[in-house]
Amino acid sequence: MNVSETLLPGVGIRYEFATDSGERVGLVARRDGRVDVVVYDPDDLDVATPVMTLSPAEANTVAELLGAPRIAERFADLTREIPGLVAAQLEVPQGSRYAGRAMGETRARTLTGASIVAVVRGDQVIASPTPSQPLESGDILVAVGTAEGIAGVREILARRPD
Amino acid sequence: MHTDPRFLVEVGVLLLLLGAAGAVAWRIGLSAVPLFLLAGLAVGNGSLFPAPAAADFLSFASGIGVVLLMLTLGLEFSSAEFAQSVRRHAPSGLVDLALNATPGVVAGLLLDLPPAGVLAMAGITWVSSSGIVARTLVDLGRLGYRETPAVLSVLVLEDIAMAAYLPILVVLLSGGGLGGGLIGMAIAVGTVSVVLVLAGPIGPRLDRVLSHASAEQVMLRTLGLTLVVAGLAERAGVSAAVGAFLVGLAISGSTADKARHVLEPLRDLFGAAFFLSFGYHTDPRDMPAVMPAALLLAVVTAATKVVTGWYAARREGAGPRGRRRAGLALVARGEFNLVIAGLAVGAGIEGIGQLATAYVMVMAVGGPILARLSGQRRDTPRGPGTPTARSSATPG
Repeated sequence: MNVSETLLPGVGIRYEFATDSGERVGLVARRDGRVDVVVYDPDDLDVATPVMTLSPAEANTVAELLGAPRIAERFADLTREIPGLVAAQLEVPQGSRYAGRAMGETRARTLTGASIVAVVRGDQVIASPTPSQPLESGDILVAVGTAEGIAGVREILARRPD
Repeated sequence: MHTDPRFLVEVGVLLLLLGAAGAVAWRIGLSAVPLFLLAGLAVGNGSLFPAPAAADFLSFASGIGVVLLMLTLGLEFSSAEFAQSVRRHAPSGLVDLALNATPGVVAGLLLDLPPAGVLAMAGITWVSSSGIVARTLVDLGRLGYRETPAVLSVLVLEDIAMAAYLPILVVLLSGGGLGGGLIGMAIAVGTVSVVLVLAGPIGPRLDRVLSHASAEQVMLRTLGLTLVVAGLAERAGVSAAVGAFLVGLAISGSTADKARHVLEPLRDLFGAAFFLSFGYHTDPRDMPAVMPAALLLAVVTAATKVVTGWYAARREGAGPRGRRRAGLALVARGEFNLVIAGLAVGAGIEGIGQLATAYVMVMAVGGPILARLSGQRRDTPRGPGTPTARSSATPG
C-alpha cells in the first residue's frame, strides 16, 4: 500500500492513501496526539469530508485494535490448515512474576509445548523473539500450540512473584 | 509595599474587558485581536472611559507581549517544516512577497512616508497572521484538505522572511540610512544563517539546558533566556522582537512543544496587553479619517492574497475550489502586522499607527469571515451533456 506523507507546518503530519475499494483517505496526526480522519471525493479531491476526530487515547485504542489482532489473524490462517494447532494472544498481566524478566525464564515451551512466536509491545512487534527477550507487563504474546499448551502458557504468565 | 488601589482596579477592569471581548470572539469564531484593539481604543487617550493609571502596566506588559508573541511564533515551526516549505514553496513565497508588499509600498509612497515608513507599510500588508489562519483552518476542519500544506507553507516562509526583514526595518527606522540598512541586512542575514546552521549542533544542547520535567522550570528557563537575548538584541539595535523570534527558531523538538504549552497562557495575557496598548495609544478621534484608506488597502490586499493562495495551492495540485479556499484563508492579517507598525510608531513615524490599527481590525475580522464563506459555496453540478472522467473510469 502506498502511503504519502506531507508535513503540515505547525500542525502535524498528513498521511494519505487509496484503498482497493477506491476511497482516498487522509489522516492528519496533530502534534497534540489528536487524529483527524477525512475521506476525499474521488471525482474532486478538493472536496474532503471530515469523518471524525479522535482524541489521543481514542487514536491509541484504534491503533491497538487494528494492530495486534491482525498478527494473530494471520496465524489463525496457518492454524486452520493444521488440525489441533491453535494461535492465541496472551497478555503479560500486571504483577506477573515474569514482567521485567527474560522470556526464556518462563520455560513455556519446555513445560507446555507451545511456542511464543511474537511479542507485541504498543505499536512495536518483535517477531520470533529469542529466549533472552525481556518481557514487560502489558506485552501481548502471540503463542502457537495445542489448546492445552496455550492454556498452560496463560497460567504460567499469570503466576505472581514468589 | 504599597499598591495604588486605582491601578489594581483599572488593570482588573481592563482584564475583565479583555475576557468579555475574548468570549464574544470565541463565541462567533473570530479572532480576538480586533476586539482587543477596540477595547484599547475605548479606554485610551481621548476616549469615553480613560484609564490613566493602567498606562504604566500596559507599556511594561506590552513590551513583554511583543517578546512572547515573537517567541511563540518562532517556536511554532520545526526546521524540517522550514526545509520542506522552502523546497516545495519557494516560488509561492516570492509571489506572496511581490504581490502583497507592493500595495503597502504604494500606500506608503502616497502617504508621503519616509523610506523606513514605506518599508514598514510593505511589511504590514505583506504577512498573513499565522495565528488567525491556522486557527481558522482547525476550526473549519480543513486540516486534511488538499491545499492546506500550501497555506501553511506560505505562513512558514513569511516567518523565515521576517527574520531577515525585521532587522533591516529596525536599522532603517533608527535612522541608519542606506549604509546602515545594508549593515542591518548583513547582520540580519548573518544572524539568520547562523541560527539556522547552529540549530543543528546547538539545538540539542539548548534543549538539554531548557528541558525539565517540571513545567515551572521550563517556563522560567525559556522566558529568562528569551528576555535576556531580547534585551541584548534591543541593546545591539536589532530590536527585542527579532531576538525573541530567533530564540524561538533555535529551540526545537519536544522542548519546543513543552515551551509552547507552558508559555501559551503568558502569551495570551501579555499579547492581549500588547493589542490593548496599541489601541490605547491610538486616538479614537483619528480613526474615521483613516478608515477609507484602510478599507481600500484591505480590499486590494485581500485580492492579492487570494491570488497568492491560488498560486500556492496550484503548486500543491489543488483544483479551482481548493485554490480559492487557500487564497481566502490567507487574507487575515493580525499580530505580526501590528508588531511591525509598533516598531514604526516607536521610531516616531507619524500616521502609520492609526492606519495600521484600522487596517488590521478590518483584516482580522474580514479574513476569517471570507475563509468561512469560501467553504460553503459548492461548485454547480455538471450538466448532463458534459462528459466526466468518471463515466469512462468506472465500468457499469
